[in-house]
Amino acid sequence: MNNKDLLNLIDITVSFEGFLALNKLNLNLKKGELRAVIGPNGAGKTTFLDVITGKVKPTKGEVIFKGKSLVGRKEHKIARLGVGRKFQSPRIFENLTVKENLEISVTTPKSPLNLINKNIKDEQLNEIERLMKIVNLAQKVDSKAGSLSHGQKQWLEIAMLVGQKPDLMLVDEPVAGLTDEETDLTADLLKSLSGENTVVVIDHDMEFIRRLDSNVSVLNQGTVLCEGTMETIQKDKKVIDVYLGRPEA
Amino acid sequence: MSLSKIKFDKKIVLSFWIILIALIIAAPTLLPVFRLNLLGRYLSLSIVALGVDLIWGYTGLLSLGQGIFFALGGYCAAMYLQITSSSEFPNNIPEFFALYGVEKLPFFWEPFRSPVFTFFAIWIIPALVAGLIGFLVFRNRIKGVYFSILTQASLLVFFNFFNGQQKLINGTNGLKTDVTQLFGQMVGSESMQRIFFWITATLVIAAWFFAKWVVKGRFGNILIGIRDDEPRVRFTGYNPVIFKTIIFSIAGGLAGISGALYTVQSGIVSPQFMTVPFSIEMVIWVAVGGRGTLLGAILGAVFINYAKSLVSEALPASWMFIQGGLFILVVTALPEGVLGWIQGDGPRNLLQRFGLKRKIETYPSLEVNSKGGE
Repeated sequence: MNNKDLLNLIDITVSFEGFLALNKLNLNLKKGELRAVIGPNGAGKTTFLDVITGKVKPTKGEVIFKGKSLVGRKEHKIARLGVGRKFQSPRIFENLTVKENLEISVTTPKSPLNLINKNIKDEQLNEIERLMKIVNLAQKVDSKAGSLSHGQKQWLEIAMLVGQKPDLMLVDEPVAGLTDEETDLTADLLKSLSGENTVVVIDHDMEFIRRLDSNVSVLNQGTVLCEGTMETIQKDKKVIDVYLGRPEA
Repeated sequence: MSLSKIKFDKKIVLSFWIILIALIIAAPTLLPVFRLNLLGRYLSLSIVALGVDLIWGYTGLLSLGQGIFFALGGYCAAMYLQITSSSEFPNNIPEFFALYGVEKLPFFWEPFRSPVFTFFAIWIIPALVAGLIGFLVFRNRIKGVYFSILTQASLLVFFNFFNGQQKLINGTNGLKTDVTQLFGQMVGSESMQRIFFWITATLVIAAWFFAKWVVKGRFGNILIGIRDDEPRVRFTGYNPVIFKTIIFSIAGGLAGISGALYTVQSGIVSPQFMTVPFSIEMVIWVAVGGRGTLLGAILGAVFINYAKSLVSEALPASWMFIQGGLFILVVTALPEGVLGWIQGDGPRNLLQRFGLKRKIETYPSLEVNSKGGE
């Protein structure tokens, strides 16, 4: 562990009635890093996000974020500390408009009194406009989020994530169901976010991961199998065995 | 484009309000006392319905226990009236106490000698009780059908407790208010009932505006967010427990006001206010009127209850079938309720079915856009 790390997962074990979803997982993230996490189905990728965001409490181990332990904290407290999450399938509020969705994410402080008493701040409105331009939803300000296309929903959720201004962004399968063009744009967007933010991307799409041009962690059976650049892991024998598959002899 | 989006002319809105206010002022002269009293009672029920709409229609909390808070408000009002009118009775306490050998007013009723205290107690006590129950339930993340069952169980607990407390609240007999005095007038008298009608009508409008204020803007959006996807709200950094507790508490306070107004107009409060069917009926009013519309809750409460009394006069014992049928109709054919159906695409779909309106081939929004209508 060193001081430049934003997040340290130390020996995380999660046991669901005996089944080890995560098994002594160790992972460190530097500030400003973009990290891709891949792994076969059931490798524990989503559980790994659940542990960081407080949805699942680890059976053993420590999660240190900005020098504080996250274990045992409530989800909303962790979110306020600066951990944002995008879900696998787009989770947006379909009955609210695009703008209202973004309002929910950029509003601070997130207390009932602030919400009921005060109007949204000008700088937050500007932020919403900026976000809508980034994700090309400026035309759809007042449309119900439920009427958006799948790709637009994915982007709206990414915009909501950015609007939350988290130090750590956890992005679960952001390009599932997107066209190639949208996938490329999403990759560029995520790359541009790293540096200032620390981003963890989980995905299956190897083309997309390659395009991210980042360090990759390969999960298998609840533990980190290998870490390194795309080239390194593609040559790693263990990774080839479990995930990429051996070329037919 | 749906009707709800049409911007009504300001003049139309203004004339609507003028007509409404004129009707409210004139109602006591237009309606016989009996009908006026019924209308006043049903209007007061629409306040509890507004609360149900806030917690169920907007926040997704289906409470089957609103009768608790409704009755608490009623008891606060009734006990105040009984105490102020008890100067001729032994020990200067309400008459029923003598039946059970109680010689001193129970300590917790003492503050109810004050009209000011009672005025606040009517809505603050139910709100606090609702807040407390709500907080404990929401903190433990009890949701959905478990929440409904729990509220109904609480209702039964209160019902049985109130039934058994003769020495404190006259048990199953309840507290009568119609022969009590308020400001030197008999509460059950015609002139007082007329005043109660006006107070009720005013408070319904006030409660409506209050509810609209609560759900408008970001606070209301969070409520809708909690209804549709609570974990998402949590991961965005909001604590749903607090929001749910607040809105449940508000609904409790509204129920208390509603119960107090209903009590003074029906002349009695008793544990019957906390029966299971009555609390379920409150939900039916909102479901039929239209969930998440606020106005639908008011209209649902007033019209269903008025229909109930008219039908019961003409065909006794048939009302339960009609009410059941109405509920089935709404659940199967009009899930958004009557007002929700009108505000949505309902009328256009109906007209299309009879060939009175051109069918829309694609998504309505696209069609409207291509015509440049938006």
